[in-house]
Amino acid sequence: MAADAGRYTLTLSRRTKRRKAVNLLMQGIATLAALSAVAVLALVIASVAERGAGALSWDFFTKTAATFGESGGGVANALVGSLVLVALATAMALPVGVLIAIYVSEFAKPRIADASKLVLDVLNGLPSIIIGVFVYGLLVVGSGQAAWKGSFALAIIMLPLVARSTQEVLALVPATLREGALALGASRWRTVLGVVLPTSLGGILTGTVLAVARAAGETAPLLFVTSIAANTVTWDPRQPVLSIPVDIFALSESPDPADHARAWALALVLISFILVASLTARAALVRYRSRLER
Amino acid sequence: MNAVTSTPAAAAVRSRRRLGDRFGDLALHGLTAAATLAAFALLGGIAWKIFDLAHPAISRFGLGFVTHQGWDAIHNKFGALDLIWGTALTSFLALLIAAPVSIAIGLYLSELAPRGIRLVIATLVELLAAIPSVVLGLWGILVLGPFVGKHVEPWLHAHLGFIPLFDSSAENSGILIAVLVLTIMVVPICSSICRELFTNVPTELEEGALALGATRWEMVRGVVLPYTRTGVSAALILGLGRAVGEAIAVTMVIGAGYGIHWSLFRTGDTLASKIAAQYQGAASNIQLASLVYLAAILLVISLLVNIAAQVIVRRFSHQRLAGS
Repeated sequence: MAADAGRYTLTLSRRTKRRKAVNLLMQGIATLAALSAVAVLALVIASVAERGAGALSWDFFTKTAATFGESGGGVANALVGSLVLVALATAMALPVGVLIAIYVSEFAKPRIADASKLVLDVLNGLPSIIIGVFVYGLLVVGSGQAAWKGSFALAIIMLPLVARSTQEVLALVPATLREGALALGASRWRTVLGVVLPTSLGGILTGTVLAVARAAGETAPLLFVTSIAANTVTWDPRQPVLSIPVDIFALSESPDPADHARAWALALVLISFILVASLTARAALVRYRSRLER
Repeated sequence: MNAVTSTPAAAAVRSRRRLGDRFGDLALHGLTAAATLAAFALLGGIAWKIFDLAHPAISRFGLGFVTHQGWDAIHNKFGALDLIWGTALTSFLALLIAAPVSIAIGLYLSELAPRGIRLVIATLVELLAAIPSVVLGLWGILVLGPFVGKHVEPWLHAHLGFIPLFDSSAENSGILIAVLVLTIMVVPICSSICRELFTNVPTELEEGALALGATRWEMVRGVVLPYTRTGVSAALILGLGRAVGEAIAVTMVIGAGYGIHWSLFRTGDTLASKIAAQYQGAASNIQLASLVYLAAILLVISLLVNIAAQVIVRRFSHQRLAGS
C-alpha cells in the first residue's frame, strides 16, 4: 500500500527538485550578470556626472586654459578642436564609405563583396593606437602636427563603420523597388542614385551619427598626430589643435586636483554628447528598419 | 514599323540617352570600385608603413626582440617579452572574467528577459561599449583604482595571499585595475554578439527540448550552447582582440611597471600601453623604431585574431544557412 502511494505521488522527486534548483540558480546568475553590466554603466555615468558637474561654468566653455599658476580658465580650445577634427573626418569618411557600400551591395560579385566586408571588418578591428602610429609615420614625421592629419586618422576609424552600416541598410532596400526602377527603363546608376540611396538616406545618416560618436571619443589615433597642449582657439585645420579626449588624457596625468576636476567636466561633456547621439541614432535606426521591413 | 522609332530625331535622342546611361553606369561602377580598392590599399598601406617604420629596430634586434626582456633606453637595448607577458596576462584574465558574464548576459537577453525590458537592457549594455576608453580610464584611475586598492585588494591578500596572483601589497593602479577596465570594455562586445547568436537558434529545437521535459537551463546547455559553440568562440576571440589592442585606458591604470610576474596588484605594461606612453617622448630613433616594432607585433596579433574570428563567423553563418 505504502509503496504504491509513493509511486503515484504528485510531490517532486529529489532529482526533479535538484534540476529545478539548478535551473533557478542559473536564471539568477544570468539575471545578475545583466544587472551588473547595467549597474557598471550607471556607476560610471554617475561618477562622471557627480564629479564633472561642479566644474561646468560659462568660463569653462568659452575660455582657454589658464596659464601656469593662475586659477580658472576653460577648455574652449579642446571643444573647438574636437569639432574641427570630427567634422573634417566625417567629410572624408562619409563619401568614401557610402561609395564602398554601393559597390559592395550593387556592383560586386559575391566573392569580391565578401572579401571587401572582411577587409572592412579587419580594418575596424585594428587597435586604434596602430592607426595613430601609421598616420604619424605617414603624415607627421618631418612636417609637423596639424588638425587635418588628426582628421585623417579619425576618418580611418570611421570608414569601416560608415561603409558597413550603409551596406547593411542598402541590403534592406526591397529588391522590388530596384526592379521597378529598372523595369521602367532606368539605368543602373539612375536606379542607385535616384531610388536606392534616397530610400536608405535615413539609415545612412544614423550609421554616420554612430560613427561620429565613436570618433569623438577616440584618443589613441590623435595622441601623436595633433597637439597635446595647443592653447589657442583655432578653426584652421592646418594648425595643430587640442581635442576633448586628448585633453582628458593629459589632465588625468596631472597631480593637480583642479586639473582632475576639469578632466571630469570634459568627460561629462563628452559622454553626454556620445550617449545622446547614440541613443537618438539607435532609436531612429529601429524606427527606420521597421518601416523598411514592413 | 513604329511611328516613334521612324523619326530620326527621336532615335538620336534615344541613342544619346543610351550613351549617357552607359557612361553613367561605367562612371558609378568605376568610382565605387576605386573607393573599395582604396580600402584594400589602406589596410595594406598600414601594414607596410608600420613594418617600414619598424625596420631599423627589426634589422638591429631581429626576432630576438620578441624574446628579449628589458626596456633600457640608456643603453638602447630593447625587448618585447615583458610587454608581451603583460598583454597576455591582462587580456586573458579579462577574457576569463568576461566570457561567462557575456554568455550569461546573452542568455538573459535572449531567453529570460521579459519582452518589455529586453530592448532597454540590450541597449544599455551596448551603451557601455560607447563610453570612450579615455573616460573609462579616468574612472579607473580615480574611482575604481582607489576603491579596489583600499577594499578589495587587502581582502584578497589577507584571504588568498598564498596564490601568487594576490601575493603583494595593494596599490591604486596596477594589473588588476587594467584587467577590470578591460573586462568592462570586452563584455558589451561579446554579449551583443552572443545575444544575436542565441536569438537565432531555431525555435523548434528549443521547444523540442522543453517538450521533452527539460528545464530552461537544460535546454540552454543541451541545445542553445552546443548549437552556437563556434559562434560564441568567435565572439570571445573578437573580445580578446579588443583587449589586446586597447592602449589609452590601460596606460592610465596599469602604472607603467616592468618585469615578468604573476602578481595582480603590482604595476605592469602592455604592448599598446607602452606605445601610447612613450612614443612622443622617445629619446632616440632606435627607441622610436623599437616602439613601432611593438606596434608591428600588435598588428600581427590583431590581424590573426580578427581574420580568424571573421572566418569562423562567416563559415558558421554559411553552414547554418545551408542547413536550414
